[in-house]
Amino acid sequence: MKIYDLIIVGAGPAGITASVYAARKKMDFLVITGDIGGQTAWSGDIENYTGYQFVTGPELVRKFEEHMRSYDTSVREGEGVIAVEKSGEFILVETNKGAQYQAKTAIIASGKRSRELGVPGEKEYKNKGISYCATCDGPLFNGKAVAIIGGGNSALDACLQLIRIAKYVYMVNNLPKLGGDSIMRQKVEEAKNVEILNNAKVAAILGDKMVNAIQVNHEGKERTLQVEGVFVEIGLIPNSDFVKDVEKNASGEIKINNHNETNIPGIFAAGDVTDVPEKQIIIAAGEGSKACLRAFRYLAQH
Amino acid sequence: MAKNVNVYSTPTCPWCVRVKQFLKDNNVVFQDYDVSIDRAKGDEMAQKSGQMSVPVIDIEGEIIVGFDKERIKAALGL
Repeated sequence: MKIYDLIIVGAGPAGITASVYAARKKMDFLVITGDIGGQTAWSGDIENYTGYQFVTGPELVRKFEEHMRSYDTSVREGEGVIAVEKSGEFILVETNKGAQYQAKTAIIASGKRSRELGVPGEKEYKNKGISYCATCDGPLFNGKAVAIIGGGNSALDACLQLIRIAKYVYMVNNLPKLGGDSIMRQKVEEAKNVEILNNAKVAAILGDKMVNAIQVNHEGKERTLQVEGVFVEIGLIPNSDFVKDVEKNASGEIKINNHNETNIPGIFAAGDVTDVPEKQIIIAAGEGSKACLRAFRYLAQH
Repeated sequence: MAKNVNVYSTPTCPWCVRVKQFLKDNNVVFQDYDVSIDRAKGDEMAQKSGQMSVPVIDIEGEIIVGFDKERIKAALGL
């Protein structure tokens, strides 16, 4: 089996930046990824990526992808990594296409995904009224009643988008108060077509072919909300399950030092999948470059 | 003979932008329906795909949900 210098898992800002550095260092490497852009592709307006006063998520991803492909880089797109482990002196990477790859180093840049509710009805009605992307699917609920599950910034952001589209919005928050930034919270609290349910937990999602209601336990009482759309905005979880034997923190983020090294020599990690403080596109990109430069140094020493 | 390609999308959905860009890059002619304003087309989309998320791509009756590049390529023979 061929042994690469480096395998990069993921092609969000961290993975793509790592790939640019790897190409420029003339490393023999491979990028394996389910999608291009990661969470950035889902982002609406971006106003804090240096050099762009304003850019949308898809536009920035397009620039990232162009940059990555401007080198002769091998990208296995649409291929999910199911296992990464150190075996002897090499790192073994297995994918859902049944392929196995070997490398001297790996950079895990697999990012985060939406957390699911884990209630009855969620699996059945996913994309049949349940959405994890208000920016994408919100406009489909023009004039309808919807529920947003969550109480943090992403839930508030979804709410502010939906109050302009939907007829009525329920905010179902399991904490005693809404969290997030006060400017957004105030706008939500002042909106005329929003009802905020604090101390409320979703018990089940109901429907026929599509969602038509949710069952909520609100301050000890059962309530059924007639809604056609359910937007789940209860945070993100790291895509780190497939990496064997690396140390993770309580939230499942891969622990790294300030050289992007994990506890396993040769396995590096970068971006939102790690415990790096602050999750930002520009930070993920910077971390990707750091991880690649460190991997390059590791190769020179081993 | 060019295939009949319909895209159901919303202006704010990032994957819709990428699907349409992908089709344009491959010189595929398509009809785009903005389901955030066109209710009838929104219902048609839900009926055809049995679900409520965008984008939906209809290539000669083959319904593809999301930016599934491989399936789109296969359906178009790219």
